[in-house]
Amino acid sequence: MLSDFGIVLLFLITGFVFVALGLITAAIIRPHNPNPVKQSTYECGEELISGSPWIKFNIRFYVVALIFLLFDVEIVFLLPWAVVFQQLGWFAFIEMAVFVLILLAGLAYVWAKGDIEWEKPKPYIPSLKDLVVERKQHFAE
Amino acid sequence: MEELGWILLEALIKALVIFTLILLAAATLVYIERKFSAFIQNRIGPNRAGPKGLLQPFADVLKLFMKEDIVPDAANKNLHRLAPIISLGVAIAVYAVIPLGSSFELAGRTIYMGVAPNVNIGILFILAMTSVGVYGITLAGWSSNNKYSLLGGLRSSAQMISYELSMGLAIMGVIMVSGSLNLNDIVIHQSGWKWNVLLQPLGFIIFLVSAFAETNRTPFDLPEAEPELVGGYNTEYTGMKFGMFFLAEYGNMATSSALIATLYLGGWQLPFNPEWVGLQEGSVWLALAQFASIVIKILLLSCFFIWVRWTVPRFRYDQLMNLGWRVLLPLALLNVIATGAVMFLI
Repeated sequence: MLSDFGIVLLFLITGFVFVALGLITAAIIRPHNPNPVKQSTYECGEELISGSPWIKFNIRFYVVALIFLLFDVEIVFLLPWAVVFQQLGWFAFIEMAVFVLILLAGLAYVWAKGDIEWEKPKPYIPSLKDLVVERKQHFAE
Repeated sequence: MEELGWILLEALIKALVIFTLILLAAATLVYIERKFSAFIQNRIGPNRAGPKGLLQPFADVLKLFMKEDIVPDAANKNLHRLAPIISLGVAIAVYAVIPLGSSFELAGRTIYMGVAPNVNIGILFILAMTSVGVYGITLAGWSSNNKYSLLGGLRSSAQMISYELSMGLAIMGVIMVSGSLNLNDIVIHQSGWKWNVLLQPLGFIIFLVSAFAETNRTPFDLPEAEPELVGGYNTEYTGMKFGMFFLAEYGNMATSSALIATLYLGGWQLPFNPEWVGLQEGSVWLALAQFASIVIKILLLSCFFIWVRWTVPRFRYDQLMNLGWRVLLPLALLNVIATGAVMFLI
């Protein structure tokens, strides 16, 4: 006997085959005239002026991914609880509320630390000009 | 063994019907979007291919099929090829568990509308599939080996995972109300106007906003912000591969609408008692009426998506992150606790 999951798997496989068939059909009927200019990386017809795409990307994406993982695990814990929480009674509810509140405290911590702040204030780097101004004030006193 | 054969045949027929429906839905949505936006901007819109331009989406697809496929030399060829397949495949896969009507009897067999609407963890499957959808876009951005694509892909993955959280937590409220992860049970629980949108108004709004962000539609279309990133993750795609992303966008829109309808707006439930118009429980006609009911709900919601796109301007990226992490996420968490407390007290 085929379970429902078997049918879902069948659907998935037929779905991906269906999509791949679309691409194969296109590959059969479309023209194919490659040339080096056409195959170059897109940059409005210029030589690459924005440089190599192998860049150091913003570290904040990494932080966002980390926080996401934490909360996603929380959702995984909440799912089974949400189905049966009425049978489990007050105790399980308060337990889960405490769990959620701890995570909320974590969110508050990240918030206060400024890690979900996309617009970070620029770090203060003392320049020569500032030093000159400081000196002037110093001598004025 | 004969039984197995029938099940396979049934699954195959359903799969083919649903693929056709999704492609038709995507074509219809493209047409509706172009006409709708034209009317909003006081233009006429497509009117050459077929009567009132009705054949325009089919002409577009045919053109995309005939276009040369240009893969940049610098790209990672295999991943570049794989990304659009993942994107569209995932958009289709979600329909495996969405119930499109109750069951009817045919030749002594109970046939459910929908491929496998009675999977006991339907919602989990949908959450998993939408997470896989992130891969399609991120891989497309990375494998193109183009700065614009990479930035589009990065932005998109950060945006999608941020809003996935509030989406998952908003769904939690629905699960608590209906006490099941089975989508068919959730729909049956909403019979007689007990729609979840009335029980979970806050959850509904959170889910709606997150759905906009998950499908990368305006006001959250940062991943392909044209003025700054050319075309975002699909800059280096041409021909049918670009078409796959295009179809996936509209497919995702239809999927999100179907999810919103199923979880909050009563799914395939008719807005009146079917016995008033003489539709018997378990008859084919009732099943078809229910199917029409959910299709109309999906179309109306999709029109809402389109309406918003042509009305609201795009967010800035910091605004987007603020909304996701500082507004929707705490609200969704509080919604879960409040729902639980209210259900115990009543």
